[in-house]
Amino acid sequence: MACESFSEKLDAYVDGELPAAQEKELATHLRGCAPCAADALERVQMKQSVADAGKYYEPSAEFRKKIEGSVRTRSKHGSFWGWQVVALPAALVLIISLSMGFLVSREKAKRDRVYSELADLHVATLASATPVDVVSTDRHTVKPWFEGKLPFTFNLPELAGSDFSLVGGRVTYLQQTPGAQLIYRIRKHEISVFIVQDRGADAASWASDPLSLLSFTFETWSKNGLRYFVVGDTSAADIDALSRLLRDAG
Amino acid sequence: MPDARFEELSLPLFDQLYNFAHWLTQDRSEAEDLVQETYAKALRGFAGFQAGTNFRAWIFRILRNTFLTSRTGLKFAGQEDVEVDSIASVDPSPEATLIGKADRKVVREALQELPVSFREILLLCDVEDMAYDEIAQVLAIPIGTVMSRVHRARKALRSKLIEGVKGGSHGV
Repeated sequence: MACESFSEKLDAYVDGELPAAQEKELATHLRGCAPCAADALERVQMKQSVADAGKYYEPSAEFRKKIEGSVRTRSKHGSFWGWQVVALPAALVLIISLSMGFLVSREKAKRDRVYSELADLHVATLASATPVDVVSTDRHTVKPWFEGKLPFTFNLPELAGSDFSLVGGRVTYLQQTPGAQLIYRIRKHEISVFIVQDRGADAASWASDPLSLLSFTFETWSKNGLRYFVVGDTSAADIDALSRLLRDAG
Repeated sequence: MPDARFEELSLPLFDQLYNFAHWLTQDRSEAEDLVQETYAKALRGFAGFQAGTNFRAWIFRILRNTFLTSRTGLKFAGQEDVEVDSIASVDPSPEATLIGKADRKVVREALQELPVSFREILLLCDVEDMAYDEIAQVLAIPIGTVMSRVHRARKALRSKLIEGVKGGSHGV
């Protein structure tokens, strides 16, 4: 019954269009309801698929020239040289600052999409009846399991002497690229570690400090061509401690 | 004076406008006509554009209205939102995992098959990344309608994707 009312709001939720109170309520529900979490994840994936597939048609070079020509020629009519001299530098400053703001906000929107996809994957995995495909606390079992399943390899840390334990791992898809998801546990909290191939251009746009979003803490870094994401609902200190272990191992 | 501003505002949107026009018309030369007419109309009407309001929504609205009154657009005028309530509601079936694996071609074909009203709203929402209030301005509909139409459009797309992914795997 409750799920029915939530499921109608899921599209607005993945679009970031729900009022804050409803968004919070729905996020709380998702953390405890596997079917709705899976549903939300599917919608996020579908939204991302449409975003990727929809940027498809490109104008021809001739047509671009034609439109640019028509807009630019006309711009010269009626514009006054003296005015341009004064206004052009000001306009340039304006354009540069506007486009910077635009780029920054696009990047932020993209980042937020990745973070919400990560949160959804984390929740959906924990809610699943079979959260991991390779169940093992032994890094020497888990690491080779991924070989041949992913186009890269990585090292996992020795956990003896720390509060963390390894639960297992599975292959996942983030932003439609394959990656590894590892589940670690600390004091009954589960933490997901995602490892994907890094797309270099994105490097600058990720914050290096732990970040709290959607009631989860995230930490991310890039090393040896791989991008790591650590996601969990435990404290930032725990997330940071696990990140440190992984960084030293990788 | 307003012309220089028009150039600055409109040219950066050229690729997006063209992509949207091609998705609506499904034809290169019609898309070019549509974009060209949009620029001409927008330039003529630019004096009426209120500075500080949303230029992108304004010019997308002109393009979309121009499309609706074009020959291809008129064909779709009678095509209302299809009834999708009959489509089984979302359940975490094995099919759900197929959706994440649908490749771009399958997604593109599914989008092409959607009714224009669904196709355009998903393009504005997911490809152009417009907020619901911006979409409401482009389509001249209330925000509540945007919300319910996005919901129905995704439901329709989902069933097309499942068909597409299943069909594709049988075909190979």
